[in-house]
Amino acid sequence: MARITASVYTSHVPAIGAALDLGKSNEPYWKPLFAGYDFSKQWMKDNKPDVVFLVFNDHATAFSLDMIPTFAIGTADSYQPADEGWGPRPVPVVKGHSALASHIAQSVIQQDFDLTIVNKMDVDHGLTVPLSLMCGQPEAWPCPVIPFAVNVVQYPVPSGRRCFMLGQAIRRAVESFDEDLNVQIWGTGGMSHQLQGPRAGLINAEWDNKFLDRLIADPDGLSKVPHIDYVREAGSEGIELVMWLIARGAMADVAGGKPPKVAHRFFHVPASNTAVGHLILENQQ
Amino acid sequence: MSLDKPYKDVPGTTIFDAEQSRLGYHLNQFCMSLMKAANRERFKADERAYLDEWPMTEEQKQAVLARDLNRCIALGGNIYFLAKIGATDGKSFQQMAGSMTGMTEEEYRDMMIKGGRSAEGNRYVGEDGDAQAQHQPQGAAGRKGH
Repeated sequence: MARITASVYTSHVPAIGAALDLGKSNEPYWKPLFAGYDFSKQWMKDNKPDVVFLVFNDHATAFSLDMIPTFAIGTADSYQPADEGWGPRPVPVVKGHSALASHIAQSVIQQDFDLTIVNKMDVDHGLTVPLSLMCGQPEAWPCPVIPFAVNVVQYPVPSGRRCFMLGQAIRRAVESFDEDLNVQIWGTGGMSHQLQGPRAGLINAEWDNKFLDRLIADPDGLSKVPHIDYVREAGSEGIELVMWLIARGAMADVAGGKPPKVAHRFFHVPASNTAVGHLILENQQ
Repeated sequence: MSLDKPYKDVPGTTIFDAEQSRLGYHLNQFCMSLMKAANRERFKADERAYLDEWPMTEEQKQAVLARDLNRCIALGGNIYFLAKIGATDGKSFQQMAGSMTGMTEEEYRDMMIKGGRSAEGNRYVGEDGDAQAQHQPQGAAGRKGH
């Protein structure tokens, strides 16, 4: 059967993608940020998954205000990197895993999460920047990816609780897939940042680090934090962090297994307007 | 009975909720149209004429022409959509975010390098943090009048 072996959490700031694509990763501004992912790139090589289930949000790219799905799962064979207005990122096409994605869609909907199913979608920096951070700049991405887009642009976004429960449903869906597949689940976005209004530029490193602590040790309690706390403490765009709870909910300890091993933890301020957080949690046998 | 919107008392912050989205639908869809290179060219050639193709309010059109992002947001714009105007102008996300604070680009960048804006005094309207209404505009622009 398929199983979730690890979860990865990372911010997905667009400027990180631009820095990589323009060859600026060794500049003093960016060097400490990318150094935080050196371990992760090696870890990806040592723990190459068969599939990555990648939770992200679209930033007015694939979804305009014509349609605003709360949870959308990509079931296509491939996804093109989007032109977000600055031209498409020069990164490989993202190959999907339509068989596992369709299976997860069916299972999760039967577990009462009403997903939107997407068979055609371009993917923006929310999805490609985490791939770049974890995989570097390869000719092709190391494995198929299932994009899972969450609405965190228009309020109300799904609650942390709902996201955490959805993660649990995704774990059950993956484990009911017959083929032996090593699946990683990634939660992306955040950490504290605000991109609008006179409060733009808000960063709350203390709150972010407590979030990381609780994500590791008390995800159930963390999932009960209301939206308004994210807005007040981590900025209006810090609400993206609810997506991390989807990945965390899919880990084995939530279903009674052993606590995960913290393989890597990293925090850095700033990347453009944003605090960057990163965790790798491994399920223990 | 009205809806619970506890986020109305966060200073310097407009939450893009269903109500704002309704107000800003055409403004945001205009922004979305700028993802196509041909539309960017047409907009740049005659901004007013391009805007007049959209059923936006005159206030929204003026806010776009003035590149007043705070005003755009008050009128229903969302920053991820408004970013398409910035892309058309060749501006980065940091330049756009900074423009809403009144700080110069350099002042805003320095603030971020020093760890960003503190949440202290900026959690509730009525406190005394730098994002509060009484401290706008921020940076050198705000000190000129004193």
